[in-house]
Amino acid sequence: MKKTIITVVGKDSVGIISKVCTYLAENNINILDISQTIVQGYFNMMMIVDSNESSKSIEELASEFDKLGESIGVYIKVQHEDIFDRMHRI
Amino acid sequence: MINIHEVIETNNMIEQDNLDVRTITLGISLLDCASTDINEVNENIYNKIINTAKNLVSVGDRIEKEYAIPIVNKRISVTPISLVGASSCKTIEDYISIAKTLDKAAKEVGVNFIGGFSALVSKGMTNSERLLIQSIPRVLKETDRVCSSVNVGTTKTGIDMNAVKLLGEIVLETAELTKERDSIGCTKLVIFCNAPDDNPFMAGAFHGVTEGDAIINVGISGPGVVKKAIESARGKDFEVLCETIKKTAFKITRVGQLVAQEASKLLGIPFGIVDLSLAPTPAIGDSVAEILEEIGLECVGAPGTTAALAMLNDQVKKGGVMASSYVGGLSGAFIPVSEDQGMIKAVKMGALTIEKLEAMTCVCSVGLDMIPIPGDTKATTISGMIADEMAIGMINNKTTAVRLIPVIGKTVGEEVNFGGLLGYGPIMPVNKFSCDAFINRGGRIPAPIHSFKN
Repeated sequence: MKKTIITVVGKDSVGIISKVCTYLAENNINILDISQTIVQGYFNMMMIVDSNESSKSIEELASEFDKLGESIGVYIKVQHEDIFDRMHRI
Repeated sequence: MINIHEVIETNNMIEQDNLDVRTITLGISLLDCASTDINEVNENIYNKIINTAKNLVSVGDRIEKEYAIPIVNKRISVTPISLVGASSCKTIEDYISIAKTLDKAAKEVGVNFIGGFSALVSKGMTNSERLLIQSIPRVLKETDRVCSSVNVGTTKTGIDMNAVKLLGEIVLETAELTKERDSIGCTKLVIFCNAPDDNPFMAGAFHGVTEGDAIINVGISGPGVVKKAIESARGKDFEVLCETIKKTAFKITRVGQLVAQEASKLLGIPFGIVDLSLAPTPAIGDSVAEILEEIGLECVGAPGTTAALAMLNDQVKKGGVMASSYVGGLSGAFIPVSEDQGMIKAVKMGALTIEKLEAMTCVCSVGLDMIPIPGDTKATTISGMIADEMAIGMINNKTTAVRLIPVIGKTVGEEVNFGGLLGYGPIMPVNKFSCDAFINRGGRIPAPIHSFKN
């Protein structure tokens, strides 16, 4: 199973997680893990998700998340897990 | 499982420290395109490039989106054209027609450069190779995306000084023909000693005869990431510094390896090598010179520069080699002048001279790279500079290269601007004393002895 990493960065506000999760549910994407932290005053959230059941490709998800992020005022990035796995694991 | 701090670290490298994959270069053999009929050769070359590379750009874009890592360039390297055109090219015009075919094919598949308008003449030139070299100035003027290189020496054969003499003239002629654009033609011409067969970086890329039919080579980058990482080692000793560089080089190279393998899988073309180079760009914070300054120099060019660069280069290789299954190409730090913000600054401050750059090329990859010099520099002087650099490569069993730009109509104190990744910079002064009699001797410098190394 190829996992996808979604990162959300921006100023903290009410409802960020809810809006992102709603979008994921609508697109049949299962959340496997969520973690969050504050770095230099900015809200950072990372989700590990399984998007294999979604009908959308990662490119489509990325462009839709761009729009969603814009509407909430945060920056949302979608990436295959491999780039992190390769960089940080031997 | 991956944790949030690792994700943030990777994304900061990409977003803040200019981490990118500099190039996916598709090497294509054109050996099977040879014929005695020039029209047939042109048709064969065009068809082979289009068929092999049609998906290169779209695959590159797809990988870029999936991993959200910029892949700056998608490029093609081909078999040295002197080999492909030897039996069909009887005139300079014939070689120019092949160059135009390469240019057309590059535009059709959407790559920004195609390398391999090249000749390998380290021991001698055939008539055909001489013709190709003579066609270079017009090729670089009349095409947009074709890059040219000539290998004039190797450790095993010595240096062909006839070719060195000719290329001094060719560099100057190229400058003259493209003088209305600050002699930009010379930015697409590299003269090598010990040229690698699998270099993915332009302008010196070509697909060597030791290679298979097609291959994917990837060039990584990341000076900004290394600079950022070693900021944490400020004031610490060399052990800590070296470990930090190695770990960072490992991480950067792993991304290159991932991209190379994905591209190879999606294109159905074997993976060749990852080139472990630190390739700067004129962007702020993407500079090799700034790494050297972070290591502890007031300005690049100061005493200690060569040692710092040697150490940096070696640590990048040590970290990178373990991160990739195959390493090749130039693999080392690049020190171009006009493409590196810190180098440009150092030249302007008077801290960095051509002579110091020459010393630095003894311990890192490439050589005198992207250096604008006065337009009235004599051809023999350019040949002398080429010969010096080739000698460093030959004796030290390493690749060296020269990419000098005599900017016609400009002199020391003036600036040039090539635009984009080629950058800008001040014209650097060149030693005024003559080497005419040395260059005019002709013949070859014999291969060096391979023992008694001192």
